[in-house]
Amino acid sequence: MAKRPKVYGLLAEYETPGELYKACEKVRDAGYGAWDAHTPFPVHGLEKAMGLRPSVVPWIVCVMGFSGAGLGFLLQWWTSVVDYPLVISAKPFNSYQAFVPVIFELGILLGSFGAVFGMFGLNRLPTLYHSLFNSDRFSRVTDDRFFISIEARDPKYDPERTRELLESTGALHVEEVED
Amino acid sequence: MPSHDEIHIGERSGWRRLPAVFGVIGVAGLGLGFLMMGEHKAEFYFSYLVALMFWMALGMGGLFFVVVQHGTRAGWSVVVRRLAENAMLTLPVCGLLALPVVFLGAHELYHWTHLDDPAVLNDTMLAAKRGYLNEGAFKARAVVYVVAWAALAGLLWTWSTKQDTAADPLPLTHKMRWIAPISVAVFAFSLTFGAFDWLMSLDPHWFSTIFGVYYFAGCVSFIHAFLSLVVILLHRSGHLRGVVTPEHFHDLGKMMFAFTVFWAYIAFSQYMLIWYASIPEETHWFSYRGQGSFLTLSLVLVFARFVLPFLGLMSRRIKRNPKTLAFWSVWIMVAEFIDMTWLIKPVHAAELGVFELHFGASDILTFLGIGGIVLAVFTWATCKNALIPVKDPRLLESINHENA
Repeated sequence: MAKRPKVYGLLAEYETPGELYKACEKVRDAGYGAWDAHTPFPVHGLEKAMGLRPSVVPWIVCVMGFSGAGLGFLLQWWTSVVDYPLVISAKPFNSYQAFVPVIFELGILLGSFGAVFGMFGLNRLPTLYHSLFNSDRFSRVTDDRFFISIEARDPKYDPERTRELLESTGALHVEEVED
Repeated sequence: MPSHDEIHIGERSGWRRLPAVFGVIGVAGLGLGFLMMGEHKAEFYFSYLVALMFWMALGMGGLFFVVVQHGTRAGWSVVVRRLAENAMLTLPVCGLLALPVVFLGAHELYHWTHLDDPAVLNDTMLAAKRGYLNEGAFKARAVVYVVAWAALAGLLWTWSTKQDTAADPLPLTHKMRWIAPISVAVFAFSLTFGAFDWLMSLDPHWFSTIFGVYYFAGCVSFIHAFLSLVVILLHRSGHLRGVVTPEHFHDLGKMMFAFTVFWAYIAFSQYMLIWYASIPEETHWFSYRGQGSFLTLSLVLVFARFVLPFLGLMSRRIKRNPKTLAFWSVWIMVAEFIDMTWLIKPVHAAELGVFELHFGASDILTFLGIGGIVLAVFTWATCKNALIPVKDPRLLESINHENA
């Protein structure tokens, strides 16, 4: 007898962003933590309906940006004061004024790296396999349908009661997705 | 839609007293200043120019804000656009207040006007610039700026307030959008050459092509700070609540932050090229700003205008909280005053050979005088019409605006 496959969670399908928005508020108020909303396009204010806390990406960018600026200064200070001092138009070796453009650019560069790769990391990208794609209906998420998924690892998850909750939000269809 | 009382200053509101109060302060300040001038003409006109360029930043910023919102068909800003239009109306007034500088005080302020002095007459650089820097052209340009500002501010303000009662508001929106790009060009040229004439020619040997942009950066910071502050005060008197929301504060704060960085970018670009090339007629401008108490002033400027507001305005929470935003708005206006002092005052001190920052009665009186007149015009216009353009087609979009 084949082993019963592990369950990833429940997937609920909605027809409009408005229905999804209201459903998200209900799932949020029910106190779930490991769940997500999936839409073909950004829906304004959905982060409030989902109760998402502000992203930590700005903090990553802040740390990376200032590190970039600091490294930019060290690089130039070390090359022009320590490693290979050259007199340029009678200015001091440590002419910080001339270092500013590179300090600025490296601050921007590492800050942008922080933004892009920080976002990748927080979103666990690239993800080569995702359980939700086991659902045939889920392919319409890139077209015209809106979804909520609640994961089985959530401590509040209960196959019966979570399904009842999703059905009570006016979902078109609720299904269990394999892991 | 907001109720009538929320978007109009009531007949018995304290705001109604402000135009008269500011008007009296203005006339008294300027009157006393002129009377007390006596022999200290130069001191008075240098103080007057600092106050004038400081307050002119409000009108310049207002005109820029209004034409950019029209030109880009902006939605978010409609709820604060009427206040910016009222601020824009102070620009022609400041233009008129610049006429004493041009017609009465030019000899005290601008040493290139001293053609009776052989040192000036035979100066090769000044002779080369005389096609532009001569008193006739200087006066003519001032008149042209005032006329241009009066025309633009007058048209845009009249059309916008007319729209409030218009049966069909759309053609007026289209008219304002149509004139916006022309206004941007007129604004850019008049601001740049105004800054060249009134600020840069204080030291006529020195030149910097980026100078107009430098003054512009301050103007744009100023208007966003001013709008935030006025809205916060209007909220306290029970106006515009639920109309101008933390979402708009957030955007105004973002613009203040952006133009704080922009100012630093421009100021440093100007400084670094001059420092790098190290040509005497360019470096001397910075050199006397690094002597005596002007060195302290220069360092204060760097921190007050860039380092501290850059760190202070970074957080989203600070921009969305009216109290902290009010703090940084006041800060940015003070920084603009420090900037104008730094641009103007050292020239006078260097001519006297005394590198000390002098701050006296004439500074306070001209600041209150010009400020009083400017704020009297602003508050008069604010009491006269609705606080928002009530029939703007993007008004609801603006009220419901949310930052993603």
